Amino acid sequence: MNITYDEKKRLLCIGFEGEIDHHTCLEMAKRVDDAIHKYLPSTVIFDFAKVSFMDSSGIGMLLGRYKKLLRIGATATIQNISEDIEKILGMSGIFKIIPLQEEVYFYG
Amino acid sequence: MDNEMKLEIKSKSCNEAFARIAVAAFVSQLDPTLEEIADVKTAVSEAVTNSIIHGYENQDGFIHIHCILSGRDIEIEVIDYGKGIENVEMAKQPLFTSCPNSDRSGMGFTIMENFMDEMKVESILGMGTKVLMKKTLKEG
Repeated sequence: MNITYDEKKRLLCIGFEGEIDHHTCLEMAKRVDDAIHKYLPSTVIFDFAKVSFMDSSGIGMLLGRYKKLLRIGATATIQNISEDIEKILGMSGIFKIIPLQEEVYFYG
Repeated sequence: MDNEMKLEIKSKSCNEAFARIAVAAFVSQLDPTLEEIADVKTAVSEAVTNSIIHGYENQDGFIHIHCILSGRDIEIEVIDYGKGIENVEMAKQPLFTSCPNSDRSGMGFTIMENFMDEMKVESILGMGTKVLMKKTLKEG
């Protein structure tokens, strides 16, 4: 997982990597939470460019992080999703609260 | 093509990836599209994860996966001998979760239903749960 923080913009970018399922998402959630607590960002971008598989565990993981971000008044967006991941995320309606980033933000 | 396989795995979360990849590899002899393979992988992942988290509540148990290929039809059964589901209709509702305080989305059955052509859940409290999923692949 690639985590970068832009202090000027208070922008935290989380680049997920590999497969997101029930087995892997606990550790991922913990690392994202640690970064959120460390930086207290105003915006978070979740990047899926390097994710090869995701099931509904990923939806739960994103929703859990979204709740934490709400508490510190931060917003989040999603970027670089494949068709497969868009299909799953679209079904859950999560784009209403964590929208798709229209222009891809380059980081790292 | 007619073919069949049975797989028995321990209810460990690291076996979720193994189960979906094994089923995808077996199904791949029908030369499915990438989207069809992704659908099958995701549906199997959901069913196996349910068995581990809800059926066995993260305790030790065995999960049986039975896969039958007949022509372009795929039939996949995922069976556990865990605690069973009290109200199957309620469990199938989108966003329903029996673990509201964990990061579970409650989308598992909805995804299985949408990614496969057919899904049926049979469950007996204290005995276990069987999820039967069917999908017909496009003509190759």
